[in-house]
Amino acid sequence: MIAVVDYGVGNLFSLCSSLKRIGADAIVTSVPEMIRKADKVILPGVGAFADAAKKLRDSGLDKIIIEQAARGKEIMGICLGMQLLFEKSYEFGEHTGLGLLKGSVIGMEGTIPAELKIPHIGWNALSFCKESKLLRYVKEGDCVYFVHSFYVDPSAESVVATAQYGKAVTAAVQKENVMGCQFHPEKSGEVGLSILRAFCEREDGV
Amino acid sequence: MITKRIIPCLDIKNGRVVKGTNFQGLSDVSSPVELAKLYSDNGADELVFYDITASAEGRQLFTDVLCQVASQIFIPLTVGGGINTVADFDRVLKCGADKVSVNSGAIRNPQLIYEAAQKYGSQCVVLSADIKRVDGQFRVFAKGGREDTGMEAIAWIKKGVALGAGEVVVNSIDTDGVKQGFDIEMLRAVCDAVNVPVIASGGAGAVEHFTDLFRAIPTIDAALAASVFHFGQIQIPDLKQELRNNDIIVRL
Repeated sequence: MIAVVDYGVGNLFSLCSSLKRIGADAIVTSVPEMIRKADKVILPGVGAFADAAKKLRDSGLDKIIIEQAARGKEIMGICLGMQLLFEKSYEFGEHTGLGLLKGSVIGMEGTIPAELKIPHIGWNALSFCKESKLLRYVKEGDCVYFVHSFYVDPSAESVVATAQYGKAVTAAVQKENVMGCQFHPEKSGEVGLSILRAFCEREDGV
Repeated sequence: MITKRIIPCLDIKNGRVVKGTNFQGLSDVSSPVELAKLYSDNGADELVFYDITASAEGRQLFTDVLCQVASQIFIPLTVGGGINTVADFDRVLKCGADKVSVNSGAIRNPQLIYEAAQKYGSQCVVLSADIKRVDGQFRVFAKGGREDTGMEAIAWIKKGVALGAGEVVVNSIDTDGVKQGFDIEMLRAVCDAVNVPVIASGGAGAVEHFTDLFRAIPTIDAALAASVFHFGQIQIPDLKQELRNNDIIVRL
């Protein structure tokens, strides 16, 4: 069973529909016991980092996710959910994340060429940096759908794929059992579904 | 680099696609779900659904249809038509829409753009403007292009973006339905004025019109069309291949 963490951030309709499509047994939950019981955990999220980090902390779910990651459970962050896995974000100030991955979240403004539009919205091609479980069914150059104005500093060691937007922008990350993607797999057509499938699949192929 | 987007637009009335289509192989040519699936499978980068019903009953059918589409189609969905309040945003976002486009509702109440952007983020708010030349000026029209608001279009779009619109759809009334190509002059004026994605609409009649558009205005992000796709005059895979042959970056 996959637990999709519900902490009051964003709309889970499309994510749940796409998990259903790939045949994953997923539940949306904010109950710690359910997250503990789950085989894997998805941390979704859209909106502002500070607000989402506060909601995670206020609900106490931050500790549960950290505890479960420490036990080796696979955790996948999506979009803002991926950014929250990192130590901190410089989105409108400086805010602390879950710290499961080393690195920080920075703004596009001032770090990508000024003529490019912000947010980075649309389909962009993936370039691989390292192998990752998430990308096992994806080909280099496959396009996925992005919507964001902040991104994980691509110098982070966990970066496994980037997309070119004036510079290499972090697209997917993985370190051991903690992973995530900046783009929206639930809005990235077949390529996106294959990324969710790669995460949800058990190692024994069931 | 980010790819140029091709966006089919579906007008929905009482839960059905209007304008008809003549697709072969669709069991139901007016089924929004079937048509959306076909476009998605053919490489559409995004879909726009316009609700053109006036009745409350039709509105309910529209949201039902949207839920069905969003549970089966996994590409971005934009919804427009009848969006007058933040509650309308809520209604369609809950059914799986990713972006909501405002037009007459924002003309009546520009604060709608601000409130929705505050609540859902700018990436969610699309300003759609119907524009026509009047006395040598680009003028914004309301109510589906029937009513001249007297507002100058570039100023209105700049205002909308300042209020929080994260994307702009420019529908040229002058070129709409004529099928002689997009309104390059109008679109260029908008692209030069704002730094958010701009989507061209109105005038597509042939593949070369898309090539012309992306070549003439490198900063334009997407092209939207309805009937050329619905009537099968242009197949999306052919269109995208032709764009790529012309060195325009697209998702294939």
